[in-house]
Amino acid sequence: MSQDAARKGKDDALIEFRKVVKTYGQGQTAFQALCGVDLRIASGEFLAIMGPSGSGKSTAMNILGCLDAPTSGAYRFHGVHVEQLDRNQRALLRRHYLGFVFQGFNLLSRTSAQENVELPLLYRGEPLAQRHAAARQALARVGLSGWETHTSAELSGGQQQRVAIARAIVTHPQVLLADEPTGNLDSTRSHEIMELLVTLNRERGITILMVTHEADMAAYARRIVHFVDGAVESDAAQPERGA
Amino acid sequence: MFLNAILLALREIRRNLMRSFLTILGIVIGVAAVITMVTLGNGATRMMGEQISSLGSNLLILRPGQRMGAAAFGSAAFRVSDADALQMQVLALRAVAPMVSHSAPLVVGNENWSSSVTGSTNDYLMVGNWQLASGRLFSAEEQQSGRAVCIIGETVRNKLFGHQNPVGAQIRVKNFSCPVVGLLVAKGQGAMGMDQDDTVFMPLKAVQRRLIGKPQDINFIMLSMRDNADSTQVMAQIRRLMRERRKLAESEDDDFTIMDTRQIAETLSGTIGTMTMLLGAVAAVSLLVGGIGIMNIMLVSVTERTREIGIRLAIGAMENEVLLQFLIEAVALSAFGGLIGIALAFVSCLILSAVTQIPFDFDPGINLVSFVFSAAIGVLFGYMPARRAARLDPIEALRHE
Ligand SMILES: Nc1ncnc2c1ncn2[C@@H]1O[C@H](COP(=O)(O)OP(=O)(O)OP(=O)(O)O)[C@@H](O)[C@H]1O
Ligand SMILES: [Mg+2]
Repeated sequence: MSQDAARKGKDDALIEFRKVVKTYGQGQTAFQALCGVDLRIASGEFLAIMGPSGSGKSTAMNILGCLDAPTSGAYRFHGVHVEQLDRNQRALLRRHYLGFVFQGFNLLSRTSAQENVELPLLYRGEPLAQRHAAARQALARVGLSGWETHTSAELSGGQQQRVAIARAIVTHPQVLLADEPTGNLDSTRSHEIMELLVTLNRERGITILMVTHEADMAAYARRIVHFVDGAVESDAAQPERGA
Repeated sequence: MFLNAILLALREIRRNLMRSFLTILGIVIGVAAVITMVTLGNGATRMMGEQISSLGSNLLILRPGQRMGAAAFGSAAFRVSDADALQMQVLALRAVAPMVSHSAPLVVGNENWSSSVTGSTNDYLMVGNWQLASGRLFSAEEQQSGRAVCIIGETVRNKLFGHQNPVGAQIRVKNFSCPVVGLLVAKGQGAMGMDQDDTVFMPLKAVQRRLIGKPQDINFIMLSMRDNADSTQVMAQIRRLMRERRKLAESEDDDFTIMDTRQIAETLSGTIGTMTMLLGAVAAVSLLVGGIGIMNIMLVSVTERTREIGIRLAIGAMENEVLLQFLIEAVALSAFGGLIGIALAFVSCLILSAVTQIPFDFDPGINLVSFVFSAAIGVLFGYMPARRAARLDPIEALRHE
């Protein structure tokens, strides 16, 4: 651990992938979705991950989001070796540091927007009054004031996506991971969501990792990583928008 | 964390009200059955106890023949003189009541009824713990001469006279007319479910001569012992005397039976106790089946809600929290089931006790035990599905559907 601490002092990478490999299945049918990915992400970055379908973007996001463990290689988050943590420890990391917007919204059906957004706070053990207030605020943030009592089934795709984003940001996470957050939205809504992410990134310093297929969405990010066949093909910074 | 889990579980139950209700139906019925069985069984046992004391203290019944067998018909009937001899020679007896009984049609005006007419002495009423509601007992003269007068039970009064006072009225018994001199206080149902108040008493000789036509024969002799008499000793004494009077040789078996009513009643109430336990056990099995029903539904629910579980896990729920949520859901369900079952048992006990006249004694013990047991079933059968839910891989779970 002391070695880790010394290392951490030297470079301030929030996230560090070293030769991360993810293999699905075993033996004959084994498939390597990630084959040795190296990636370093500093605190406060806004990073877009692009690449063709099946190139391992979601797989990488799941590992980055501590939902999954790499088959081999090292993943350090805040200097902590995530690959060595057990299920419950990873759950605690997700609970306290990460916000996840899934590909496909993954809201609780038959549950109001308000309750959906409150869910992560519930697991954090926040008191009722605070949960209510924070959830309202988060919904307002994504432009859904007045929709609190509607269940997921009563909301349009775009609205559901925004509830999902509200749920991810309600805990003020250090890192927001968004897997195609605009995949289901028209371009006006998409740009609104992107503006929101940019604001969160600038004002709150939230580190944002976003998967997208669309170049004009990726243009909001300050760094773009291209995945091809489970490996990083290119990794380039780009100038700030409007600058 | 605990409070949250309860909150989540209750929300989930409310969201699926109909399914939740069907899930707990097994528990509801099981709990209701167990409580009803045990409560009514206890009521029946208590009723037996009360009837033992209502039979009168230290009552013996002497009847011809052995046991309940057909021999009863072959054996010679008792004679009036047997009763007299018992009264004279067995000092531990307080009262001796010879009796005959015969069923006869009863008519008053347009009202018809058929009842068992018992011929005996005033002692019989004392031995059997009967009390007069109105009127009088038989006079010495009536007993001596065998005049046709009668004392009737509440049921007979009801059938023939309605709510009117029967004392002084006439009843036509078979082919002769008979004035009513007394009305008995109602006793209610007897030990074996028969109506004790459906009865007519007449002086012994009246029944012997007018209804049966055998002036000396007696069907039974009821014997009441003095308070501190030793029943085994008294029974031995009676047996010796009767063997002698009936001229039985050493080698011959008794051709009569002495029954101790208290003993009979105690045997009977023991039987009821065993029945109660047996039925209770059957009901308990149905409770177990109800538990399996809960497990089944919870397992289905885990499959159905895989994505939900995935979302919870992905958002940061720990294994234990998901486990607890599902476990509490199962326990809350079965505990609700237990409560509804208790309410149902209360209602069915009320109804059944009204129908069968078995007294309803609310027993907090069995209600509490059933409730705790049903909650325990929730833990037992909820654990497996809950653990399965908690162990799901969040990504796999999210991919579900
Ligand atoms: N659970 C799994 N089991 C087996 N193979 C998997 C599993 N998850 C992903 N894969 C495979 O890994 C590869 C990468 O999948 P991944 O979901 O990361 O792609 P992606 O880049 O997100 O694609 P898309 O843009 O379509 O979402 C795919 O070929 C996929 O079939
Ligand atoms: Mg994907």
